[in-house]
Parts: sequence; C-alpha cells; structure tokens
Amino acid sequence: MSNAAWETVIGLEIHAQMATKSKIFSGASIAFGAEPNSQACAVDLGLPGVLPVFNQAALVSAVKFGLATGAEIGRKSVFARKNYFYPDLPKGYQISQLDHPIVGRGMIDVVQEDGEIKQVGLTRAHLEEDAGKSLHENFVGQSGIDLNRAGTPLLEIVSEPDIRSAKEAVAYARQIHALVRYIDICDGNMQEGSFRVDANVSIRPRGSDTLGTRTEIKNLNSFRFLERAINIEVERQIDLLEDGGRVSQETRLYDPDADETRSMRSKEEANDYRYFPDPDLLPVHVDDAFIDSCREQMPELPKLRLARFTDELALGESEARQLINDRATADFFEATVAASKQPRHAANWVINELGARLQKADLGIEQSPVDAEQLGGVLQRLADDTISGKIAKQVLDALWAGEGKSADEIIEAKGLKQITDTGAIEAIVDEVLAASPEQVEEYLGGKDKVIGFFVGKIMQASKGKANPGQVNQLLKAKLKR
Amino acid sequence: MGSRCGVDPTTIRQALMHQKTLTELAIGLEKGEFSSVELTQHYLDRATAHASLNSFITVTPDLAISQATAADARRASGDAGPLTGLPLAHKDLFCTEGVRTSCGSKMLDNFISPFDATVVSKLGEAGMVTVGKANMDEFAMGSSNENSFYGAVQNPWATDRVPGGSSGGSAAMVAARLVPAATATDTGGSIRQPASFCGVTGIKPTYGRVSRYGMVAYASSLDQGGVIAATAEDCAMVLGAMSGHDAKDSTSIDRPVEDYRKVLGADIAGLRVGIPKEYFGEGLSNAVGERVLAAAKELEALGAVLVDVSLPNTELAISSYYVVAPAEASSNLSRFDGVRYGHRCEDPKDLEDLYKRSRGEGLGKEVQRRIMVGAYVLSAGYYDAYYLKAQKLRRLIAQDFTQAFEQCDLIVGPVAPTTAFKIGELSDDPVAMYLADVYTLSTNLAGLPGISMPVGLADGLPVGAQLLGPHFSEARLLNVAHQFQQQTDWHQKIPAAFA
Repeated sequence: MSNAAWETVIGLEIHAQMATKSKIFSGASIAFGAEPNSQACAVDLGLPGVLPVFNQAALVSAVKFGLATGAEIGRKSVFARKNYFYPDLPKGYQISQLDHPIVGRGMIDVVQEDGEIKQVGLTRAHLEEDAGKSLHENFVGQSGIDLNRAGTPLLEIVSEPDIRSAKEAVAYARQIHALVRYIDICDGNMQEGSFRVDANVSIRPRGSDTLGTRTEIKNLNSFRFLERAINIEVERQIDLLEDGGRVSQETRLYDPDADETRSMRSKEEANDYRYFPDPDLLPVHVDDAFIDSCREQMPELPKLRLARFTDELALGESEARQLINDRATADFFEATVAASKQPRHAANWVINELGARLQKADLGIEQSPVDAEQLGGVLQRLADDTISGKIAKQVLDALWAGEGKSADEIIEAKGLKQITDTGAIEAIVDEVLAASPEQVEEYLGGKDKVIGFFVGKIMQASKGKANPGQVNQLLKAKLKR
Repeated sequence: MGSRCGVDPTTIRQALMHQKTLTELAIGLEKGEFSSVELTQHYLDRATAHASLNSFITVTPDLAISQATAADARRASGDAGPLTGLPLAHKDLFCTEGVRTSCGSKMLDNFISPFDATVVSKLGEAGMVTVGKANMDEFAMGSSNENSFYGAVQNPWATDRVPGGSSGGSAAMVAARLVPAATATDTGGSIRQPASFCGVTGIKPTYGRVSRYGMVAYASSLDQGGVIAATAEDCAMVLGAMSGHDAKDSTSIDRPVEDYRKVLGADIAGLRVGIPKEYFGEGLSNAVGERVLAAAKELEALGAVLVDVSLPNTELAISSYYVVAPAEASSNLSRFDGVRYGHRCEDPKDLEDLYKRSRGEGLGKEVQRRIMVGAYVLSAGYYDAYYLKAQKLRRLIAQDFTQAFEQCDLIVGPVAPTTAFKIGELSDDPVAMYLADVYTLSTNLAGLPGISMPVGLADGLPVGAQLLGPHFSEARLLNVAHQFQQQTDWHQKIPAAFA
C-alpha cells in the first residue's frame, strides 16, 4: 500500500511450533486441545525446585530448518532467560536464546505472486518455550490460567527487513509455512497457533536508506490478517507522517473485527528483559556428525527437487514450483511419474485435473480417492492413445467414484477404448456429413468454424471413442474446398 | 538379673544413643542394640526437648516413625543397607512430598511439594528416616540464620550466638545431637561456615556431584547440596548415598560415585597441603588463625608436606559472588508471584497490586535486597559492567585454584574470619556480613569441593578449618579430615547442655 512517495520496510518474526511429542524442557505432551492444565507437569508449572531438561527432538527440528534454508548452524547455542512477570509465564522468565541462536544467517528464495523470485535474508532462528494462556471468559472478576501450552517448543524465525510490501510479506510467510511443513518440523496449523507471525513495519521516503521508526504487530494468525494488518498499518503511518506527526515505536495488535491496529504497549512501557544465560542449562554443542544425522533424516529439499523436476523431468518452472510447494503433492507427482513414465502429463493432471477435483471436495492430496498408481494408469492409456483426453477425464471420474480399481478395468468394462480403425471412423464421418447437408454447404462456403460442429457430432456418435486426430484428418480430406 | 542400681543397661545405652556418631549408630542398628523406631523416637524426643534452639522448622514424628518402622521391617527381612533406619533432617529447601517445604520464607509457609527432591528420594531409598526440616536463612540467603521467617536459630555452644548460615538449622541440630546428620546446601559457604560455627563436620561437594532437582534454587550456578554430621566418616556415608548423576538436572555430572568410606584410612604421607597466604592475612582473628595453622601442623605430623601457595584473586570473590548470586536469585525467585502457590496478598486490586503486595509481604528484607541488586546488575546498560565483569572475575578465581593445585593436592584454610558472632550483632550491617564470606565464596565460584571440620575451641566457641581440593576430590578431602579426626577429638565435643 506504499505510494510513490513512501517505501514500506517489513521484517517478520515467525513463531513455528515444533512438532515434537513432548515439551522443550519437560516430558509433558504438547497435544492441542486438552483439558486446561492437564498437560502441565511440575516443570511446566514452575514449582519450586524443578529444573529444565532440553528435549533433543527440538534441536533436531531446528537444525533441519537451518539445513533447509542453507543458514549457519550455531555450533554452540546458549539458552538465556528472558525475565518478565505475567500470570501465564509460570517461572517469571521465558527460556529463549539471545546471543547464540541455534540457527544463524541464511537466505530464502521467495516466489512471489507474479512468479518472480525475491531473496529475503534470514537474521536468525532460535528455540524458545511458549507461555501458557490466560482465559478471561467464564471467570467472574478473575482470570484463569491454562498452562498446557507453557513449555511448547517454538522456533522463532526472524527475517531481515528485506520485505517491501504486504504481498511480499505474505509470500515470504507462505514460503516459510510450506517449508516447515515440508521438512516436517511444524504442522503449520494457524488456527491452533502452531504458526504465528509478528510483523515489524516502518516506512521511509522513497530513496532513503535509513530505516523509519517501526511498530510491531503481534500474533497474526492468518495470511489474510497479515496482509490486511500491514496495509492498514502502512496507511496509518503514512497518514501520521504526512500530517506532520511521528510514528512511535510500540507494539500493536490487529483487530480483525474493527479492521484496525491498536497500541498495546509503547517502548517506554516495554520490559527490560534482563536476559542472561540460563544457569540450569548447559550450552548446546552441535558437531558435524549430529548435523549429518539430521540431514539424513530430511527429505530432498524443495530447491533441489525443483531443479530435478525442471532439468530431469523437463517440467516448466512454474509447474514444478506448484508441485514442490507441498511435500505430499510432490511425492504424489513422483509416484505418478513412476507409474506412468509420463512426467508432463503427470504434472498437468496432478495440478489441474486431480487438483481441481480435490479442491472441490475440500480434500488434501493425502486423502485423494485416486492414488498415484491409478492416475499413472490413466496417463499410460492416454499416452499410448488407448483413450483420448476427454475419455481419460471420464476414467478419472470413474476411479474417483470407486467404479473400478484401475484405468484398464474401467476402460474395459465401459468399452471406452478409442476407435482407431480408419474404416470405422470413416463410416461415422460419412454418416454425419450425409445428415448435415446445410452445414456442409456453409463450410464449403468458407465458414471454417463449422468443422467443430462436425467433430462434435462425430464424437457424439462414437461415444467419444473416435481418435480425434484421425477424425480431423478424415473430415479435412472429405470436405476439400 | 537386673543391674545393681536397678536401671536396665539397655535403657542407659539407649538414653545415650545421641552421643554416638552416625557410623556407630549404623553398627548399633546392625547389631540389634536398638531398633530404628527406638532410635528415631529418641531423636524426636530430643527435638521436642530442645525446641528452643529453633533448629527445626517442621518436625515430622508420624512420617519418621512410619519410615523407621519400615526400616526395621527391611532390616528384619535382610534387605538393609548401611544407612537403613538412621534418622536425619533435611534442610527446608529440599522438597519433601506431603511435608511443607518453606525455604525459611513466609512466601512458602503454606507450600507442600507434590514431589521429593532427588536427594530426599535417594536417601529415602537408602532407608534413612526423615525426622523433620531444618531451619535456614530465607531462600539460603544469609550467613547467620537470622533471615528466617521462623526466627533465628541458637548456637548450641552459646545460645546468644548465631549458628552461622544459611544451613544454620542443620549445623545447630547436629551439634546439639538432635539428629546424627542433616542435609544442607552451600552456595557461598552455607554448609562450611555453620559447620565451623557449630563445631561439626560439613562437606560441600563438587558442583554437579549432587542433583539439584527439588532443591529450591537460590543461585543455580553456585548451589550445591551436601551434608553436615559429627565426623568426616559420617559425612562419607551420607554423601555417597546422595551423590550421582540425575537426568532431571542438566548440570549434574555423569560420573561414577566413589566409595567414600572405602578410602578412609589411606595413607596421607607425602600429600602436599597448600597454605594460601591470602587466607591468613588482615581480617582473620588470631584465635581462628592459630588453630587452623595448628591443624595444618597436625596434618604435617601425619606425613603431609605443607607448601605456601597463593590465590591472588581471593578478595575479588566477594564482588563477583555478590553480583552473580543475586543476579541468578532475582530470576530464580520470580516464580514466587502469588499466582499459582505460596503467599498471596488479600484482595489484590489488580495484577500489579497482586505481584507487589504478595512479594512484598512474602519475601523478607535480605531476599528483597538481593533481588533488587540482581535485577539491577542484569538491567540494560549495567549488564556488561556488572554481570559480565563478575563472570570474568569468576574465571580468574577458578584459574587461581588451577594454578595452586599444580603445587599442592589440597588447600587448608579458615572457614570464617571469626568464631560465631552474637545474634543481632551484624544483622544491621549486611556488607560486614558479606565480607565475612571471603574464604568460602571462591570455592563455589570455581565449583570446587570443600569440607569444614572442627579444629579447636576459642573462648568456648568452635573454630573450623576447611580443606579445599580439585574437582571431584571428595574422597581425598574426606580421608584427610578423617585422618585428622583420628588424631584429635574436637569433633567429639558436645556442648554441655546437649550432652
């Protein structure tokens, strides 16, 4: 929403909940939606005398993220205490990382809406524990505290202020969202708070290279809210500055109902967090062997897979990108190729034909009623001209409806095999032409479009089984002008 | 036939059980001279009789008798270990399931832990019997035990004097023979100094040797659990059972525990005993200095070689400690906010009021002072000047010891500059109290083990000496103290009123 005079500068902080079984410093479960305080053990409650023990599974997740983004891996990372009082923070401090994060600098290739690639710098990503939740409903004059979420492992992913618009911010956030799910370290569920975004937003006169005063919009839990919140915040800042005012550094909240951002606390009110290294936890050392073991547990990275899809499978760049965006889709595509040896068809059908049907049915590709083997079978028959494209779609529908186990079974049972016998097709062509003398006249008179009418009639008469190429050839030969 | 004076000799023997060391009591139980229930009841009676000493915050007779009964049953079934059936008290910052764990604070006056500290469960598994919880300076902050919500503890040698701190209750009750042993903790001298003031033996092991799980934290990087008992041999017994790696404490060290009792008696001929000149300079009272040097001479007589060493950064330990410890404490004590457990003020008008009044009412003056200091040294703009600098000093202090231990196998020195001072004498002068910690603080900053043992009396008050060794030299320290105690009888002295 920046205009000709102002440039928007955005950096994002993303909190991705690590999909570990237990909490980052205790053995309690992190499953969502349990009865309040049923998943908070003595450590999570911050009882006197308890001590944290670092969950190595969270370390593996963080290292995987570092590897996936090509970022530096902190060989020695240090947990630090961030001290502040809040009822949902049981110890009066949050265990986080400050000076020595587990993941250092990196660079992310962000594919934007127009397909252009923009590089966004990664400042760092560090591990920390989540706080609990304050519950303000159903408690007259009091608040309740649910500490189930306290101690849930988070990876806070901090970008450089390289983002220049709300749309870019959304593209970047989507990219990170896809990546953490791709490498299976976060379920990405935004409604449940597994993936939350804070946006640091400032504006400056176009051409300036100094940063303006920023505001931080906290806890955006959908991409739509992220885009909207940034746009209205930028407008607010432009209005302020153009009216001769100043932006004050503060934390703001986006209210989707009122569609506005509101001040939460100013810099002056901000806490002095009195960070210091947590003496209860030893520094975390990561060596080559550990990094290698994390690498071995990772799937082929999207970037490498993209290159393989475009180079080895000769897919177009945008097609390949649509496939690798989501690991399950890419896996499905590869299985379809393996079953059909038809990468181009497979790409087209996975994205368009199957994709559309899944979207309509509101299903993920993991729940597809047609598996990759079955789709591969359809594409094989398409490629060897047993069926036409149109029939192939019917076969897909039949598989979807569970009318058969394989494409061949359905083609056989429904008699959908394409007619390639020239004699048989010629007979149908003659029949159609004889029945449509007016149209023949029109065509001979120069009206090319009428050819479509004939093709339609012929396909109808052959129940779609006539080979369209042969039909065209025969028509043109018989209607020579 | 009964005895001539008409009193059953067993009764007499049992009446004097408390004069025995833990080691002797173990033999008595083993031989069946008395049962654990008899022994435990005897100590419980003494605790009641000497309640005015104020060394207990909580006495747990029901728990103790049921544990003693179980211990006797265990012995009857042939399943007893060396510690089974022996009573002890836990410093009131070790969490005990179902029993109040107050840390000497109003804040936790109503707090009952749902779990046992690792130390408590390990000693419980060994069959030891918990007779109660020992008084202490609030949250282990203090050197006199005057900072307890439950009142000052009296020194059994002179009831108008302090027992030292912070484990003042533990030391006083062992000195008065109200228990044969008590757990304690040492963050800057809190085992060794009260042991010295009360004429008993106390060992602070290497940082990481004893699990801190369930030991309510004062300063996490300095706190270490240990034990106070009459003799080094007694300490060896208990320390062996409470030590060891604990997966629940990330700073606990995975290293086998030696059999501390087995090495007692090993020859110390040729052992190099370092005398650091900085521990015998200005500020040390003559009475203490003379007796500590005499103890060194005693070790020499046993074949040890005395060598002069230097710990040049000793004085910096005070400033380093009184930055690092409050910094960690300010954060460790943040959880006491009145929200989930502990003291909560009446009718808070809002969240800030809840915090301010709950903490203001629940935490004592010295604790508040250290929280303020700690918050200050960690705050933006002061962190580098105070906290980081203190950490640098800490490394220098550790280096001093590393260099000294190239020339000697252990160090001997005073524990405190004076004998026990009077209750109230220093309580208005916190800095004077801090300065008196000069000989003990650096051990904690370097994570080293140290043992305090009685080496004499001055004007009827006990004088202690400490032996300091390299990391994991507990066996050596215990053996040297034991050898010393084979030649001397200071550790056998019991204040007359408690004999």
